[in-house]
Amino acid sequence: MNNIKRIKVGMASCGLAAGAQEIYDILSADLGDKLEGTGCIGMCFREPLVEIEFTDGRNLTIGDVDPERARLLAEKLTTEIPEEWIIYDTASKEFAKQPYFSKQHKIALRNSGIINPESIEEYLEKDGYEGLKKALKMPGDDLCQLILDSGLRGRGGAGFPTGLKWKFARRSQNDQKYIICNADEGDPGAFMDRSLLEGDPHAVLEGMVIGGCAIGATMGYIYVRAEYPLAIERLEKALIQAREKGFIGKNIFGSGFDFDLEIKKGAGAFVCGEETALMHSIEGDRGMPTLKPPFPAESGLWGKPSNINNVETLANIPWIVFHGPEKYAAIGTEDSKGTKVFALTGKVKYSGTVEVPMGSTLREIIFDISGGIKNDKQFKAVQIGGPSGGCLPESLLDTVVEYKALNATGAIMGSGGMVVMDEETCMVDVAKYFLNFTVEESCGKCTFCRIGTRRMYEILDRITRGEGKMSDLDELEKLGHQVKNGSLCGLGQTAPNPVITSLKYFRDEYVAHIEGKKCPAGVCKELILFTIDEEKCTGCTLCARNCPVDAISGEVKKLHLIDQEACIKCGKCYDVCRFDAVIKE
Amino acid sequence: MVQMLEELKPMLAKYKGERGVLIPVLQDIQEKYKYIPPDSVAVISKELRIPVTKINGVITFYSQFRSEPVGKYIVRICNGTACFVNNAESISDTLKEALKIDVDETTEDKLFTLEKVACLGCCSLAPVIMINDKVFGKLDSTKVKKIIERYQKEQPDE
Repeated sequence: MNNIKRIKVGMASCGLAAGAQEIYDILSADLGDKLEGTGCIGMCFREPLVEIEFTDGRNLTIGDVDPERARLLAEKLTTEIPEEWIIYDTASKEFAKQPYFSKQHKIALRNSGIINPESIEEYLEKDGYEGLKKALKMPGDDLCQLILDSGLRGRGGAGFPTGLKWKFARRSQNDQKYIICNADEGDPGAFMDRSLLEGDPHAVLEGMVIGGCAIGATMGYIYVRAEYPLAIERLEKALIQAREKGFIGKNIFGSGFDFDLEIKKGAGAFVCGEETALMHSIEGDRGMPTLKPPFPAESGLWGKPSNINNVETLANIPWIVFHGPEKYAAIGTEDSKGTKVFALTGKVKYSGTVEVPMGSTLREIIFDISGGIKNDKQFKAVQIGGPSGGCLPESLLDTVVEYKALNATGAIMGSGGMVVMDEETCMVDVAKYFLNFTVEESCGKCTFCRIGTRRMYEILDRITRGEGKMSDLDELEKLGHQVKNGSLCGLGQTAPNPVITSLKYFRDEYVAHIEGKKCPAGVCKELILFTIDEEKCTGCTLCARNCPVDAISGEVKKLHLIDQEACIKCGKCYDVCRFDAVIKE
Repeated sequence: MVQMLEELKPMLAKYKGERGVLIPVLQDIQEKYKYIPPDSVAVISKELRIPVTKINGVITFYSQFRSEPVGKYIVRICNGTACFVNNAESISDTLKEALKIDVDETTEDKLFTLEKVACLGCCSLAPVIMINDKVFGKLDSTKVKKIIERYQKEQPDE
């Protein structure tokens, strides 16, 4: 016990959802003073996670900690911890060689899962607010140039050089300027910003103060989704601590620079991720985009020059200022510098957040770091960039992660959501899912986005029901281009991407739905049929007992039959059969 | 209306004279009542001098705001991409069947309201649902049924 320095429990949203609070409570009975919570450790697939820090510097990470394991763990701390519990051990070279660890490079997530996000002292121990000290001694123009030299581009997805954006805002002359953090992470399937805010809120605050200092803004706003209550709570705590220490407020570090910050909660509108819509929402209006120019750098929030950066962009800033732009620019490719955080989900073995250097291939991320596909299934596609992005096939897995290369495929870098799909995912259904999302989230201002996406959705719906025509595919392409060109903001301009890319790379699946009236993945209910294999059925009655509509008949130890009229194609029988006797076709 | 005015006056006082307050005000009201009572709109309008049309415009624009009262337990079905590819649709069907209501409806006993949300952000536990503030992950139809039964008996923590 005496050789233990600290014990940390991963208490970000995923960890808590997996039961981390209960684990924390169990452990605290025995280990009270050495125990603390930390942010996202990144290995969501093994939550809840506990990390033990020994006084000699050794770190042990233990996964799948259920209540029983937690109780045993509290006992075993004095003896040996079973090997199979350990998912990482800093004292063992073997672990470091595993691609999950060796292929990652953490800059934005440098403290997440390492420090207690509710303790400013721990952030300070990790050179926290040192970047700000350095920034305050620099002229604003030099600071903008420094970020420009680092090659950092906007991590929200569009990839505009951050230093250049800052220069534009700096050049605008006004008595009041604003810096805004866009934490309205709306892409379904993306949670990088949530992890960052929950795991290292001070990094984002520090990035904002440095940004304010560079462009001459004295007031900042963090616009964060209301769906992220824990991120909001930790930001609020961090803000109080930073104020107490004088990192935010009047005359910061005696430099004469004043800066204040306010947290604004979003109210659930995807379009508010768009800069102008976000500012209208802060002003208390409907979050509808407006025409640019004027750009926010000239006339933004309340008509004043404003600069908006994404969470990940801002979290990189303190590191870049502290370590120098050369060090950041040394990582990555010619086109894209530094690292990128991705949230890996879907059918991969190890889902969670990862941070890789730019220039890594999709294959490395999905297969080496994230362990490939669950349950030995076949990889089919990876969806990058959420509703604005695209679905890429196996043949493009060697594409490197950088803005230019990803744009060339028809997908986009996006904010970092990466959803992996296997042979059981229907690409037409996925395209329909994204279009449905856009239809619901379109603010309605532009006709093409409001009505065009709905027409596209209807066509896709028709195809998934087996009522499509081959001419529908041309219609989808035509409409897709019209929606792209006829929309004011990023939402409409990118909304057709999931359809256009899946048509480009998975056209045969569309054709199978239309001409063959089949869904190759076995997803679209109108196009599949469940039957029972005479040879394999043992008459165990399991399927009949599980059928919600009593569509399966048959006596014990005799062949069962599915009444096709009554069947609702829920697939329950297919899932429960232990003899693979239910056939889906 | 008079009663609503009395109830809301202290809450609205801190927002008087400030700009950009409409969304936080509505969030406060929804936190108190779990929805935006129609009477409160008139009170906000009068107290903060914001036109009723603008208030209603904002309420209808943002998915967070509800104009109908809700049940004791709000069941949110995550419809994020990760949940979607992990068969969230069957979770949603099971819930509709178990509660005998559709999405955006409330059960007759006022115990449950069913909602679909864009993404709860715990994608690695997909498919997930959230009941009030508690997240349930790695679900299948059987697990969902059991969870709902516990809540129906009003013994959620059993």
